[in-house]
Amino acid sequence: MVNLIWFSLIVIGIIVAALEGNLQKVNEAAFEGAKAGVTICFGLISILVFWLGMMKIAQESGLLQIFAKILSPLARRLFPDVPKDHPAMGYILANMSANLFGLGNAATPMGIKAMEELQKLNPDKERATPAMITLMALNTSSITLIPTTIIAIRLNYGSSNAVEIVGTTLFATLCSTLIAILVDRYCRRNYGYK
Amino acid sequence: MYTLITTISVWAIPTLICFILVYGLIKGLPVYETFVEGAKDGFGTAVNIIPHLVGMMVAVSIFRASGALDYLLAFMSPVLSVLHIPAEIVPLAMIRPISGAGALAITSDLIEQYGPDSFIGRLASTMQGSTDTTLYVLTVYFGAIGVRKIGYALKVGLLADLAGAIAAIIIVTIVFG
Repeated sequence: MVNLIWFSLIVIGIIVAALEGNLQKVNEAAFEGAKAGVTICFGLISILVFWLGMMKIAQESGLLQIFAKILSPLARRLFPDVPKDHPAMGYILANMSANLFGLGNAATPMGIKAMEELQKLNPDKERATPAMITLMALNTSSITLIPTTIIAIRLNYGSSNAVEIVGTTLFATLCSTLIAILVDRYCRRNYGYK
Repeated sequence: MYTLITTISVWAIPTLICFILVYGLIKGLPVYETFVEGAKDGFGTAVNIIPHLVGMMVAVSIFRASGALDYLLAFMSPVLSVLHIPAEIVPLAMIRPISGAGALAITSDLIEQYGPDSFIGRLASTMQGSTDTTLYVLTVYFGAIGVRKIGYALKVGLLADLAGAIAAIIIVTIVFG
């Protein structure tokens, strides 16, 4: 699927550009895109290094395990195939709570760490497990309590009530998360997983 | 309300950091050494993501710059007018799952053009705040562990985005319409 999308984006883009006679833009776009990819990754290094360090302390001290215990009834239903005291569960829970509080920067490293732990449980290292897809779905549709970036933009443009969209955002995000979980469950069954 | 929210967002991370450190110290951990040990993983993880992200960003960037995205939008606009969806919002709804930076740019542009307290301004704000960039999350998460066969992950992500966009249009119409 990603193969097809990736291929289509590039080939359709090039064909359209050729017909429109702006192939020069494609040249620029390719290098700009590549640069953006690397820039984002370098931006991630600082966040990843810092939060993985902090998370190591939380893990060694047992904090992550305590945390996991509190939220585990919910997580066990969402991730039935992850053993309940596996380290992956702790990271999944940390990722979920960070997302909930709008701490996107803190959520990504924990999500990646959770993926690494889930990969250890994965019999086929090239293929995503259902648990991985559920985690990904929770992250793309992330429930946001406080959309800080957009509030900042609204203030910037002189909104009379910048936070008035918090309620509507919460509603929309709840809908997308709900649909993500439902579709995930449906596909899980249809793709031959339990 | 606003001061409460800004206060929470300012305090959340420092409080979390402090709590993790104090708890670690109470449990008798050498906190600094433990931090460094964990932090070592960060660099490698970020570097592993580079090829995946570069590949995806190049493709999205070409698709947008070529004008193909504009054609796709023009192709879709008749359907939207039937459903009473403002055409101005469509580029945002379509780009949101593909490019986070692109979506942010469009949102800023819409807010600047129509004003933050207009219908379109509020709708754009809600849409921007309510989902994450599916393609980016997919690339970063699966890229980090080298998974190539992603199964139904994209389908789940995109359907959730669609649901979020529709929900945003409905709720903004009800609340602010």
